[in-house]
Amino acid sequence: MMDYIVAIATALLLILGALFALSAAIGLVRLPDLYTRMHSASKAGTVGSGLLLFAAGLYSEDPAILARAIAGFIFLLLTAPVSAHLLARAAHSSGYDLGGISVLDDIQKR
Amino acid sequence: MITSAAIVSVASSAALVILGLALLLTVWRVVAGPTLPDRILALDMLTGIAIGFIAVIAVKTGFSLYIDIAISLGLVGFLATVAFARFVLSRGNVKSPSSAPAAKQGTKTRRAGRKRR
Repeated sequence: MMDYIVAIATALLLILGALFALSAAIGLVRLPDLYTRMHSASKAGTVGSGLLLFAAGLYSEDPAILARAIAGFIFLLLTAPVSAHLLARAAHSSGYDLGGISVLDDIQKR
Repeated sequence: MITSAAIVSVASSAALVILGLALLLTVWRVVAGPTLPDRILALDMLTGIAIGFIAVIAVKTGFSLYIDIAISLGLVGFLATVAFARFVLSRGNVKSPSSAPAAKQGTKTRRAGRKRR
């Protein structure tokens, strides 16, 4: 019985994580400019790979491996905002424009 | 009666297919992305999808050592994105007057940016 609960939870996490990654990729293709694409990739993409890692840790049924998988998830959650902020800051200060549909640019005060 | 291994096997195969689709879309953004930061962002996303692939392979084969590889790949991806962001910053403004005529061409932009600094 325990076997089935773990298997179903792992299967749900695998499908959910893959769908998160797919939605991030669709956002990366469909959204109009760099900054909106960054919003899609750095949030949905991180959660997608994190959920897949968590599924791998859960399926092993070993606390040490589960702890390592959760540590990897937390590492991804901590580093994704940092790298996205650095890249957005660098792109904005070297003159890459916001898309045409943007209404506010707080750095340029316009 | 469906065994628990069959459930996980079907789910991991489906996850591999969905991740492959996501990988193709992201590669299209790397190839077509109009600017350099778009490509950097797509490469960052590619490392995320590769981490997902490695986790699914870990489930499918039962080798839990793959999780350590996924963690180290996440570290490498973060460092690569930070380094690329510093590179974008050090290349200078793409719209500045001194490099404006060459702004659309890769090598000339780089040379002009370096001269300006």
